[in-house]
Amino acid sequence: MKHTISVLVENEFGVLSRISGLFSGRGFNIESLSVAPTMDADTSRMTLVTRGDNRILEQITKQLNKLISTIKVVDFTDEEYIERELAMIKVSTDGDSRAEALRIVDIFRAKVIDVTPKSYTIEITGAPAKINGILELLRPMGIKEVVRSGPVVIGRGAKGALA
Amino acid sequence: MALTGSQILLESLKLEGVDTVFGYPGGAVINIYDDLYESSINHVLTRHEQAAVHAADGYARCTGKVGVAIATSGPGATNTVTGIATAYMDSIPMVIITGQVPTPLIGNDAFQEADMCGITRPCTKHNFLVKDIKDLAKTLKEAFYIARTGRPGPVLVDLPKDVQVATHEFSYPESVSLRGYKPTYSGNSRQIEKAAQMLLAARKPVLYVGGGVTLSSADSELLKLVEQTRIPVTTTLMAMAAFPQRHPLALGMLGMHGTFYANMAVTECDLLIAVGARFDDRVTGRIDSFAEKAKVIHVDIDPTSIRKNVEVDLPIVGDLKDVLGKLHGRLNQKPELVEDMVENTSEWRSMIDEWKERHPMTYRSAKSTIKPQFVIEKIAELTNDDAIITTEVGQHQMWTAQFFPFRQARTFLTSGGLGTMGFGLPSALGAQVAFPDRQVIDISGDGSFQMNSQELATLVQYKLPVKIAILNNNYLGMVRQWQQMFFDKRYSQTVMELPIDFIKLAEAYGATGLQATKVDEVEATIKKALETPGPVLMNFKVSREENVLPMVPAGKAIHEMVLAS
Ligand SMILES: Cc1ncc(C[n+]2csc(CCOP(=O)(O)OP(=O)(O)O)c2C)c(N)n1
Ligand SMILES: [Mg+2]
Repeated sequence: MKHTISVLVENEFGVLSRISGLFSGRGFNIESLSVAPTMDADTSRMTLVTRGDNRILEQITKQLNKLISTIKVVDFTDEEYIERELAMIKVSTDGDSRAEALRIVDIFRAKVIDVTPKSYTIEITGAPAKINGILELLRPMGIKEVVRSGPVVIGRGAKGALA
Repeated sequence: MALTGSQILLESLKLEGVDTVFGYPGGAVINIYDDLYESSINHVLTRHEQAAVHAADGYARCTGKVGVAIATSGPGATNTVTGIATAYMDSIPMVIITGQVPTPLIGNDAFQEADMCGITRPCTKHNFLVKDIKDLAKTLKEAFYIARTGRPGPVLVDLPKDVQVATHEFSYPESVSLRGYKPTYSGNSRQIEKAAQMLLAARKPVLYVGGGVTLSSADSELLKLVEQTRIPVTTTLMAMAAFPQRHPLALGMLGMHGTFYANMAVTECDLLIAVGARFDDRVTGRIDSFAEKAKVIHVDIDPTSIRKNVEVDLPIVGDLKDVLGKLHGRLNQKPELVEDMVENTSEWRSMIDEWKERHPMTYRSAKSTIKPQFVIEKIAELTNDDAIITTEVGQHQMWTAQFFPFRQARTFLTSGGLGTMGFGLPSALGAQVAFPDRQVIDISGDGSFQMNSQELATLVQYKLPVKIAILNNNYLGMVRQWQQMFFDKRYSQTVMELPIDFIKLAEAYGATGLQATKVDEVEATIKKALETPGPVLMNFKVSREENVLPMVPAGKAIHEMVLAS
């Protein structure tokens, strides 16, 4: 089963390699990983998406917690949370397909952020499923390039999960 | 006062209570060695950096203190890796200081540069690259704290040369505060109460004890609990000395080369109480039939050990000393229930006694050749079971675990998790430095001995009276045994064709060499070695194709043993 985990870590030299090394060394898989500093410059927050049964997930969270550089780990799977991912998509467009592309952009509440006579570059934010959806529709036009940020998540409600 | 980085290092070591370090100099640590020249810290020069780390490891294992080793950058530092991995697998508290190229050169493939933080990340508890002298004292404080607290382990501090020569005001922090590191020491009292209930309800309980008991110095708490509850105890390789092996409730080792009765007890028990053990594959055999009929209580300070390999009915995270002490205390408040429990489990103990009688730990003795097990029994007899024993890795290691009746924690130093040949001699060296007046003996194999035999020089130089008993079968015996049993006796690269003259080798270093080729020479040889001052190497020509039995073949359940006939 898919799990989205947030990890608060010391923002220090080598911390990313400690986390990624833990996953590769123990044979856990990472589907996506995104990292950036938090409001506190000494702290970074990672969001990672992984897969495994309960036993593996228990090991993953325990092993993450065991790292000295890890401050807190939250597996969001059983929590109420909001998940967002950003994607930028470069599609080939000519004649008819230019209007069609714009219609799709409109339906998905995406944005065109760069235009050439032969292409649109589209920015979209949303749950990963929504991004998969727009990609599906744009695919017939010819997608030249896609870049996805990997999802980030935050818990619902007033309380901060990691603060 | 402003000190240089290398002075800060030595002052910090002193404040951590370090009086002895093991190491090897080089360009990237030459400043540290210059300060050591007149320091009160005792430095032991080994002949290889791997040996320096094993020596510091041996020192740590037998004292419980943090072992310290120093090596230069590049090859010196990479030579420490096997030693560090050995300590990591057995959770030994150590701090390893490596020199590094100056910070402006890091990443440039400078002369003798190696990315030690990268290389040792998966085999240290934590590691540090100190880039700024301002961070040095704090980093060292944290390194020692991390090494010795929680589940202990080796910590590497990589120290660039420019940081060693820079100067800074020295003040050593009083305390450590790490947001991400707060080990749980105190066991949850509700869980401990549940454990007490499970113990009281058990009819066939077994304690399965691992190296954690030694690390937490919980051996006396364990003994008290056993005396109180009369629960039989099986120990892993790492814990053989943590419970007196002559105790009537001692079942010896379990697992691949465990005793018949330990493996049967675990197979048949209805309650398995795992303390400071981690269900390693050499212990469990086929995992799905390990302690199949039992409820499992697992006590460990490291939450990752729990439910890593097996499902557990009752997990307790905490320091074993705390948890076992509290468990004993709780049971003490219910003397009648404990009495009932002891009564209810007497049938179980008789059953185990029957197993002990049916297949005792034994070997076929011989008149014509020296049996390796016999040498070990004789060493035990002539030292009153009271030596500090180290081993290398192989058959001789398993026989030592099987036949030496250890009686005191921290007297059996062996590489359990990593199984590192070449560990025994340098770790004996470290133990002898820690305890100059105790008898320290490395029980060795002819193969393993040659992995760090250069340390004979260190023994002679520092007048360390370590005795070495090579159980010489002129084979890489353990591998040969597997080849005999599972590969049709195709002895591929396990025959040590060259008969080495170990006596001459010892003498070349200025040590004493003794040899025994006949059974009736064994006792005299050991006596002579024990009486001779200084390091002595004993070469016992043992029966060559002796096998370690019982043996659980790989992939089998632990009750499916090949037994000694
Ligand atoms: C550094 C290292 N290399 C290889 C091995 C694999 N190995 C395990 S036991 C063994 C044979 C050891 O031979 P010896 O020291 O003579 O001991 P014996 O088994 O003969 O008692 C080998 C090669 C190991 N454990 N460690
Ligand atoms: Mg051998």
